[in-house]
Amino acid sequence: MTSADPPRLIGTDGLGALFTVLRERGYTVVGPTARDGAVVLAELASAEQLPSGWSAGTEAGRYRLRRREDGAVFAHCAGPVSAKTFVHPPRARLWSADRAPDGTVTTTGPEAPAKRFAFVGVHPCDVAALGVLDRVLAGGEHPDPIYTARRDGTFVVVAECTEPAATCFCTSMGTGPGATSGFDLALTELLDGEHRFLARSGSPAGAEVLAALPSRQAGEGDLAAASAAVRDAAAAITRHMPDEPLPALMAATRESPHWADVASRCLTCGNCTMVCPTCFCVTTEDVTDLTGGHAEHLRRWDSCFGLDFSYVHGGAVRTSTASRYRQWISHKLGTWQDQFGMSGCVGCGRCIAWCPAGIDITREAAALAASRGEPSGGAEP
Amino acid sequence: MTTLAVWKFASCDGCQLSLLDCEDELLAVAGRVRIAHFLEASRAVLPGPYDVSLVEGSITTPADAERIHAIRDASRVLITLGACATAGGIQALRNSADVAEYASAVYARPDYLDTLATSTPIAAHVDVDYELHGCPIDKGQLLETITALLAGRKPNLPAHSVCFDCKRRNNVCVVVARGEPCLGPVTRAGCGAICPAFGRGCFGCFGPAETPNGPAEADLLRAAGMSEDDIRRLYRTFTVSAFAEVAGDAS
Repeated sequence: MTSADPPRLIGTDGLGALFTVLRERGYTVVGPTARDGAVVLAELASAEQLPSGWSAGTEAGRYRLRRREDGAVFAHCAGPVSAKTFVHPPRARLWSADRAPDGTVTTTGPEAPAKRFAFVGVHPCDVAALGVLDRVLAGGEHPDPIYTARRDGTFVVVAECTEPAATCFCTSMGTGPGATSGFDLALTELLDGEHRFLARSGSPAGAEVLAALPSRQAGEGDLAAASAAVRDAAAAITRHMPDEPLPALMAATRESPHWADVASRCLTCGNCTMVCPTCFCVTTEDVTDLTGGHAEHLRRWDSCFGLDFSYVHGGAVRTSTASRYRQWISHKLGTWQDQFGMSGCVGCGRCIAWCPAGIDITREAAALAASRGEPSGGAEP
Repeated sequence: MTTLAVWKFASCDGCQLSLLDCEDELLAVAGRVRIAHFLEASRAVLPGPYDVSLVEGSITTPADAERIHAIRDASRVLITLGACATAGGIQALRNSADVAEYASAVYARPDYLDTLATSTPIAAHVDVDYELHGCPIDKGQLLETITALLAGRKPNLPAHSVCFDCKRRNNVCVVVARGEPCLGPVTRAGCGAICPAFGRGCFGCFGPAETPNGPAEADLLRAAGMSEDDIRRLYRTFTVSAFAEVAGDAS
């Protein structure tokens, strides 16, 4: 079976089989699961751990799990953990060095990942985010070996989005709610009548896995139901980015008085960048042990909302909150295009939901657009 | 061998206990430094000067205000430990009250006391090289600082918000997912986001982060159902004087 083959139908038992088949092929399955009041991505042992019957109600600065009667498995959105956590881990060792009693020093490189990940049930915005990380971390002259070692050989089972949250705006960013690329297997959850999934492969590896699952031929009605579910999802999305080229908007509003308004609400806590599935910035630090014979060079997620992020000789360049927020959104929506030829934002809405202060990237962009022509306010350093 | 001294001012001893609490690493520490003065661990006392002094507690008496200068003079590197030493501690609640009135309410013979009207951090009296925050301090930060000094490098002591660490360890945000009050967004990291990891909000024992936004945090706390009095009390616990500006902005 190839990607050109007709889609198949699998039942809810097919998800259990999918886990088994992936595990037999050596994958560590990472998927959504309900924990501590949210649907998070985590390593899962079985399909039983999928968030069956849970969806998320989100608003700016707010996320609540909601019980649902229909047993939907992939009705979650905008959870705090994205695939970034697994392929670009929050903490990684770049190298370590050991000094022997005779004084000779040996070094070892990055820790090799022990696992090969299969992402099951991630949404199209998250697959798009993996594409962004691929470009940023692996697509340049100097691919990041920690990223490529985790990303190469991953298997992606995308769940088309049929239940967007109030914070979603993938339609503005062209990343969803349907899945078009970047996956091995695409599932569309169908809840009309029998609970079932339309499954189509997006790669030879996906076709091979799909062939190993219990499935049956999809009928015209199933295909129509899947199309309708995705179409309805697109129609249900209420948040939008301004309908204009965002890099130009960012460039034109550098001195907007609106930055001071955002700064009055922004906590500089860094949550937006941490939950963003494409924010990739890191800092490095050295640690040593008490004997003095062992040293490690570590890499940690960093955030442009921290003061040290812009520290150069003599001090931090971006001391004001306004300048830090401006840096973040200008890179995300503007200069990312110049740097990588694509948008840094995939419209997943995580930064909106998980900002404790409820700062909304779509509303800030709209406010910036509206502020054009107002007297310049600017962001002090 | 590097000599280490531990000193106590007005405090509960919990922070210096963190050094003894380094059970797995304690022998390695003892192998690399000579513990010259640490009354909680040993009555043996070596004369100064000392390479590293760890100072716990705040300055609350005239005698202590003198003693800290002698310790500074005898120490090459001076590191303060915990909310008392870095911010005046819980006892800094007296700073906005009448200490004589407090003393008469608590002590049968307040005339036996020789106390200052304020509880102040060590850095208000002498130069401090490094500050380890928290009530109590984080054991990992203490070891990190000692190992950094032994290796001649800068210790990794971040000043950003607790939220950075919450997200790095995949804690689900208690503010966003549960509507709990939490001081994490305005509190200095270093504890590894331990309270949110156990499902409760941060109570700010590390004191303010580098650029806290008091009014925005107050909005969060109000949205979580706190009254102005609740908010004031939340800030006035472990690091009352350090949070004064943030809390003041809030009210």
